[in-house]
Amino acid sequence: MADTIATGQAQPTRPEQIRSERDRSRLARFATRIASPVAIIVLWQVASSTGLLSARTLAAPTEIIAAGEKLVASGELVTGLTVSFLRVLIGFLIALVVGVSLALASGLSKTGEAIIDPPIQMLKAMPFLGLLPLFILWFGIGETPKIGLVAFGAVFPIYLTLHGGIRGIDRKLIEAGQTLGLGTASIIRHIVIPGALPSLLVGIRYGLSVAWLSLVVGEQINASSGIGYIITYARDFLQTDIIVVCLLVYAMMGLLTDGLVRLIEAYALRWRPEAIA
Amino acid sequence: MSTLVDIRKLTRSFGGPAVLDGIDLSIAPGEFVALLGRSGSGKSTLLRVLSGLDTAPAERLEIPKRRSVVFQEPRLLPWKSVIQNAVLGVDHSNAKARAQQALTDVGLSHRTQAWPLTLSGGEAQRAALARALVREPELLLLDEPFAALDALTRLRMHDLVFDLWRKHNCAVLLVTHDVWEAVALADRILVLDNGRFSREIRVDLPHPRHRSDPQTAHIETELLKELGVELSHA
Repeated sequence: MADTIATGQAQPTRPEQIRSERDRSRLARFATRIASPVAIIVLWQVASSTGLLSARTLAAPTEIIAAGEKLVASGELVTGLTVSFLRVLIGFLIALVVGVSLALASGLSKTGEAIIDPPIQMLKAMPFLGLLPLFILWFGIGETPKIGLVAFGAVFPIYLTLHGGIRGIDRKLIEAGQTLGLGTASIIRHIVIPGALPSLLVGIRYGLSVAWLSLVVGEQINASSGIGYIITYARDFLQTDIIVVCLLVYAMMGLLTDGLVRLIEAYALRWRPEAIA
Repeated sequence: MSTLVDIRKLTRSFGGPAVLDGIDLSIAPGEFVALLGRSGSGKSTLLRVLSGLDTAPAERLEIPKRRSVVFQEPRLLPWKSVIQNAVLGVDHSNAKARAQQALTDVGLSHRTQAWPLTLSGGEAQRAALARALVREPELLLLDEPFAALDALTRLRMHDLVFDLWRKHNCAVLLVTHDVWEAVALADRILVLDNGRFSREIRVDLPHPRHRSDPQTAHIETELLKELGVELSHA
């Protein structure tokens, strides 16, 4: 295209030509973006193969792939993943129920806000991962402190975004609802909740990433199952390949759950101009 | 003559001087009343009281229960389709069919499933009109409903509102600062100034009214003068 303009030739471009050119430029952009990660992995592999990077520090990419295959084949990874996933799921569901209830109570009534909002703002200021020692004292070393830490971490983004969303709802729409004869319950159902949903979904995505982070921290402590257990075990035997595999699994799970929420978002917010366009 | 709206000595103030200062207003069933006034004259405050969004002390305040409002902005819920917006709050077994009819009446039968944010300004305002009419109001309150539309769309909306008013036979209170809009549509025009009615003009002219007609032109000039605008070239 650029050439055509430069030489001043007015060549008619057919649609398929444009499309193939667009595909090619997209491919080129993808290639530039992927080039440096690929180079890093190649360098890493070279460093490992030549003995510059010892396996005790970091295993070679090929070893990591092999370790991953072995972990999958033995079923260890799937079992561990299921346990970890359930911890996140249960903890996050608790956070969702608690966060949404608190945000509704505090967003819909002045009294509710006066009671609920100040303590939450205070707790929010605390680095919640630092609560782990207390959680262990209170709940022992079983599942409870791990799920509790996930729930505790995820509840704040959910509460804060939904509360903000409810407060930010256009007064004019609520007035319109009143003139249409809607009662308080109908206004909450038809106007407040759908109006605050975009904010809530942002909070859910943020909350999920916090949930996975809390899980990683929580699972390092005395886990007897889950991905964290596999990591602890591998650490004791200096198996850096397995540790990296587990870290990759955490990352993938985070991406996967985030993608899931994006799908929900795309459907629930299909009325938005950016979704329509 | 029976009255639909009967208000005596309505006063509203927000801490300072009264925005509405002892207003008397009565509207007959099926009457089309236009309310003119400069910004800050209290017209929107009066409309808010009539729509039930605001309360104010009055000696008498009779407002029909079946009333609906169209605001300056369409105020459609963006997360509901046009037809879902129209049926909102309608407690009727065939609400859907009535909404469909109302949307057809405003020329939106092909956009019933559309998202409000995909509508043009004129379409959105017509959807808001349909939503107001689905509930068969006795009193239709219009708060500068065409102020945000372009001039051509606005003229088309005048015809539409006139037709809908004839069809539904409801009383209309149109708040506007477009003098021609008031003259073209209303049976009676009230001018609000500093919280009181300063002028009342009956317009007993047949429809459709034309701007070139000397009688409408005369009323328009009178009203402009009342609003403090002297036309030097008129």
